[in-house]
Amino acid sequence: MNKIIEKRYFSDKVVQLIVENPLIAKSRKPGNFVILRIGEDGERFPLTISDADSVRGTITLVVQIMGVSSSKLVALEVGDSITDLVGPLGKPTHIENIGTVLAAGGGVGVAPLLPIVEAFKKAGNRVITVIAARNKELIILEDEIRKWSDEVIVMTDDGSHGRQGLVTAGMEEIILREKVDECIVIGPAIMMKFASLLTKKYSIPTQASLNSIMVDGTGMCGACRVTVGGKTKFTCVDGPEFDAHQVDFDEMLMRLGGYLQEERRATEIYSQKF
Amino acid sequence: MSLNPEYLKEERNQMWRAELRSKTRNKERMLIPRVKMPELAPAIRVKYQDKEVNMGLELSQALTEASRCMDCVNPTCIEGCPVSINIPKFIKHIEQGEILLAAATLKETNALPAVCGRVCPQEKQCESRCFYVEKTDKPAVAIGHLERFAADFERNSGSSNIPDTAKPNGIKIAAVGSGPASLSFAGDMVKYGYDVTVFEALHEIGGVLKYGIPEFRLPNSVVDFELENLRKMGVKFETNYIVGRTSSFDDLREEGYQGFFIASGAGLPRFMEIPGENYNGILSSNEYLTRVNLMGAAMDEKDTPVLKGKNVAVIGGGNTAMDSVRTALRLGAQRAIIIYRRSEAEMPARVEEVKHAKEEGVEFMTLCNPLEYFADQKGRVSGMRLNRMGLGEPDSSGRRRPMPIEGSEFDLDIDLVVVAVGVSPNPLIPSCLPDLKVTKWGTIVVDEDKMQSSISEMFAGGDIVRGGATVILAMGDGRKAAENMDNFLKNKSNQ
Repeated sequence: MNKIIEKRYFSDKVVQLIVENPLIAKSRKPGNFVILRIGEDGERFPLTISDADSVRGTITLVVQIMGVSSSKLVALEVGDSITDLVGPLGKPTHIENIGTVLAAGGGVGVAPLLPIVEAFKKAGNRVITVIAARNKELIILEDEIRKWSDEVIVMTDDGSHGRQGLVTAGMEEIILREKVDECIVIGPAIMMKFASLLTKKYSIPTQASLNSIMVDGTGMCGACRVTVGGKTKFTCVDGPEFDAHQVDFDEMLMRLGGYLQEERRATEIYSQKF
Repeated sequence: MSLNPEYLKEERNQMWRAELRSKTRNKERMLIPRVKMPELAPAIRVKYQDKEVNMGLELSQALTEASRCMDCVNPTCIEGCPVSINIPKFIKHIEQGEILLAAATLKETNALPAVCGRVCPQEKQCESRCFYVEKTDKPAVAIGHLERFAADFERNSGSSNIPDTAKPNGIKIAAVGSGPASLSFAGDMVKYGYDVTVFEALHEIGGVLKYGIPEFRLPNSVVDFELENLRKMGVKFETNYIVGRTSSFDDLREEGYQGFFIASGAGLPRFMEIPGENYNGILSSNEYLTRVNLMGAAMDEKDTPVLKGKNVAVIGGGNTAMDSVRTALRLGAQRAIIIYRRSEAEMPARVEEVKHAKEEGVEFMTLCNPLEYFADQKGRVSGMRLNRMGLGEPDSSGRRRPMPIEGSEFDLDIDLVVVAVGVSPNPLIPSCLPDLKVTKWGTIVVDEDKMQSSISEMFAGGDIVRGGATVILAMGDGRKAAENMDNFLKNKSNQ
């Protein structure tokens, strides 16, 4: 169980893992996430499922090295097993044929975006996807995204691949060009905040998939709480997707920094060890 | 659910019991003062998250305390026990010096005696129905302390008695969640011969016994020993498994599961919904205790972090609030304060927990209610505003209703807040079962006599039914559900 079948480096910081877990592979839906724990001293942390193969019994995860837990996950090799893996968690994405969907993914956010793009396409929508990252090296899953999109715009901060500029520039170009019925944005909180502000300006319904801090992932701890439409919601059981125009992104950004000191200290200790 | 009176009488008439009764006169028994639980000194214990406060009775203390019990003709104490332990029988075995037989007696009806001996509110249950309390002005026999003694004695003796189980009937049963309700259910069902699997969402078995109750009150090793006993009896455990999600109920039915016991607990922590409550450094007691207890966040080698505070406010007056505030002290808080909107008399926490907290230096600000939180520039909580409360007429809970006193607002400097004002039922499982009847609060509706839900082969118990109760009430639900599911499945196969 939870054995790593394949490991692929997208860049030196971003890694794709194909993990054996037949039950989750069968039951997961686009938008679901899993909670992982690496080693007996490990912490529990969430990762959104990027893809699954129910025949092979595998799920695909994409992880960016950020701190101790992501480093420990990436340190696992093919044949190793993830100590604990539980899911699928969170409400799946609401998929229907609504017309034209504009999907926007930033950085590793493209990984969880992929199954949603695929599902919207399969439901009969016209799907336009904007993928963005700091540079060419950090653009991931471009071919896979192209497979399920009618059109793809690639944006990089430094112009090393696709066009130079932020994700919002690519999105706005589409919005000005044609009628968009719904947007879905996944990426760093700051990117989702500005993408949401943009679509709000044009009154386009928008879903954002939030990456809050979690412990159990089943509604028990409340670490992942976020204010949506003035009400406190739990990302793990009420989300992870919410109406982006109702999300208090500033509070979310503040809460993401809630353990910054502890995380920095832990990363220092970890990097000294290795 | 009480034990059959005929059986109790028969047991009481056993020669050894009669001999013990005649050995010491009741008058002499009544002269013995109640034993005092030896405790680790407050100044020492606040330094350790994992050192138990109650140290347990010595053998001689237990023997003496056991001889206080008069082995009543009508043992009302049993009526006060949600799992109907044959209390006089186990106590008389202790008096007799047959401690392992005492432990075996406990296990006839209780899957987790070492746990119950530690965390049950005996003063509100068995001990409140003791002869001494009902008929004299003397304190009850220390049933809880003796229960713990017998269970610990067995654990430390290295010989563990595994209760008899019926011949396996091959019928697969799923218990959802691995807290006290489920463990108690599983223990009884394997005794009846069923093939029971307990499914747990977290990576560890035990539910609230592991993530919630701190080690200074209930060591994990004690829980693990009881779990091992259940394993030896044949109970199977699956971690990292969310029934309804990882697999659907229908998937499990296809795999041959014929009965389900849902004891998924009280998932969602409640907040007060006051301004500033989402600042960093304000967390639920569930989060705080899970980080420390389940994830070991206080230990350097563990990756899970926990926020430490110098001035910690814990909101609430229940056992969870006491566990949180005492944990804060052990993690180095200079000031750890309980903030409770009623007075100490209305506190739902056990008297013992309040006493221990006070000894350790916890401050109690009763009749105070939080209004708002303040934060520093980075969004970390730095203070709070409260007002003082008076007590009005009794409310629906029978306790006097707290009323805000106008103009009594005041501010407090704090850098960590733990909110322990209760929990709501976890929607995860009911949301997978559209046909399952739930209340407007989200608790599962059951026939209280049977613990059977609106889906006939599904029974439920513990906090997902009660919305927030004690370990022992959850265990009582588990036993009741097991007995009735057994009857239900037997009737079904006879039809």
